[in-house]
Amino acid sequence: MTGPELRSGRGAVSTTAPRPAARLHPGTGAEAPPAARSQVARPVGRPGVLRQRLGLLGGLAAVLLLAAISLFVGVSELSVGDVLTGDLDDAQRQTLLASRVPRTVSILLAGSAMAVVGLVMQLLVRNKFVEPSTAGTTESAGLGLLVVTLLAPGMPLLGKMGVAAVFALAGTALFLLILRRIQLRSVVVVPLVGMMLAGVVGALSTFLAYGNDLLHTLSSWMTGDFSGVVRGRYEMLWIVAGCAVVAYLAANRFTVAGLGQEFTTNLGLNYRRVLALGLAIVAVTSAVVVVVVGGLPFLGLVVPNVVSLAMGDYLRRSLPWVALVGAGFVLVCDIVGRLVIYPAEVPIGIVVGIVGAGLFLYLLLRRPSGAR
Amino acid sequence: MALLGAAAALVVLGFLVVGAFDALALLVPMRVERVAAMVLVGVAIAVSTVLFQTVTENRILTPSIMGFDALYALIQTSAVFFLGSGTVNGLAPPLRFAVEVAAMLVFSFLIFRWVFGGARRSLYLVVLVGIVFGVLFRSLATFMQRVIDPNEYLIVQDRLFASFNAVDPTLLVVCAAVVAVASAWVWSRRRELDVLALGRANAVTLGLEHHRSTMAVLLVCALLVSVSTALVGPITFFGLLVANLAYLVAGTHRHAYVLPVASLLAVVTLVGGQTILEHVFGLDTVLSVIVEFVGGIVFIMLLVRGGRR
Repeated sequence: MTGPELRSGRGAVSTTAPRPAARLHPGTGAEAPPAARSQVARPVGRPGVLRQRLGLLGGLAAVLLLAAISLFVGVSELSVGDVLTGDLDDAQRQTLLASRVPRTVSILLAGSAMAVVGLVMQLLVRNKFVEPSTAGTTESAGLGLLVVTLLAPGMPLLGKMGVAAVFALAGTALFLLILRRIQLRSVVVVPLVGMMLAGVVGALSTFLAYGNDLLHTLSSWMTGDFSGVVRGRYEMLWIVAGCAVVAYLAANRFTVAGLGQEFTTNLGLNYRRVLALGLAIVAVTSAVVVVVVGGLPFLGLVVPNVVSLAMGDYLRRSLPWVALVGAGFVLVCDIVGRLVIYPAEVPIGIVVGIVGAGLFLYLLLRRPSGAR
Repeated sequence: MALLGAAAALVVLGFLVVGAFDALALLVPMRVERVAAMVLVGVAIAVSTVLFQTVTENRILTPSIMGFDALYALIQTSAVFFLGSGTVNGLAPPLRFAVEVAAMLVFSFLIFRWVFGGARRSLYLVVLVGIVFGVLFRSLATFMQRVIDPNEYLIVQDRLFASFNAVDPTLLVVCAAVVAVASAWVWSRRRELDVLALGRANAVTLGLEHHRSTMAVLLVCALLVSVSTALVGPITFFGLLVANLAYLVAGTHRHAYVLPVASLLAVVTLVGGQTILEHVFGLDTVLSVIVEFVGGIVFIMLLVRGGRR
């Protein structure tokens, strides 16, 4: 690859993201030096666009391949040839349509949506280490589910999700309130507070569950598991897909909102509205995933960070990748969980927890130490 | 101090006799073991937390927040996983305990060394890393528990839930000896600890061999943590609560006051809390959950206030 090509192609946006806040004069966005503007929106050369699209297609193909593998992993016999020629008996067709397909589709939806939601949170809070499980969102949704199960066990699934979403929203709002009060905004204090808050909410849930003999139920809820996903239950996850699409359309607004209230207002955006939209997306997605699947810890934290390491922070380009990598990551974890103690399976939440925590530690420790 | 001592004696007595007046002779001996366990654990957690905070010069980091309880759970599970429950239960309790403590010591010392040996890292980074380590250890332990067969899993589960109900008497004696020796050593070094608390530069200026001192104290810490976790399992925030209360109550940084106050507070809280829960609310093992809830809130408040001296 030659020099100019490099500039117009993959290197068009420097991988160390330009922080517009540092470049644009705060409060006077209009007076930004021209250099800065060209940094943010430099026209991208044709070969670059083509290569990006090819890359995305390649990624998509890889994820689809994984999804196909995931379809054929399981206890009942299904052969690839039979499925392609339609040569199935009734039992096999039932297995495929009522269990395998819903499972794989829900993995794709939940994985990509949780990754995207993590990215949205990181933009809004301007912190690389925030995601639903490090902000008390997931735990709050779990508490909501527990409360609604205790008070109104007969409520339909959608109602339960609604309650869980309200709790998740309240928990996240509380987290943001606490953050406002904190003097020391070091990078790692933010997730620290969130995890503590999650612990407090979790203790509350444990106490409630203990008093009502639901401890076991609670722990199985909070551990992500796709084995219970069947037709008639997973359709709710399409709500999540809708949320992800909205997040993509509003991505630039979230970026701007991350730069602070004054800056946002100066650009003519309603800061509160953008923040509310972002929080709603986060809460609804987390609640739906917790109710249908369970917790997938660190997913929304690890995936966007890995993508950002690989291709920088130009959101328009990285968001589809975040969704793809999220889906692929969960697919791989799920296949591993299903094969380790075949024919039984290890819940995916545990596999994701191990891999996610390991990667999170790596991300934490590769930063230069001593940053206070 | 005298007041606290009296309170501690009172709650211990209370725990022994409350609700047992018609069957004193039968119930009191049964309860003695449990009270002894609680007193030991209280002292061990209080002393180790205060020492740890002295050495690391902060108010929010405690050994258990650094993921040691989770490490303990992982060691327990690994033992059953790799050796099978037959082998593990075949060992005499003191021997099993010795092996577990040895493993804990090795691992915790490695983590201490890694955190405090090299470049000075940000305190908050260290805490966060500790917590994530905790999550990792817990996930690994859960993973192993799923992979071993269900009967074995029950055996592990029995030994992991923090409870003072099933304490092995021989274990108690061993633990008591360990805690007594460690406490005596700490007491004899109380003035040295006061100097340590002044920070590295000041301590060196005053003629203290800082590095050696620190390592010795950390080793004792790890030993005490192992004892308390092996005795009852994880209680994450207890040390944080007790230590910070003790700083408030004692009104001084001198270890001659802080250490006893913290220990007595720990005993009062543990035994008192357990008594109230058992006899007033009829609940059994949820003390750890309540401590978790209150401790988490205190921790967040400390963070909001800045958490440094």
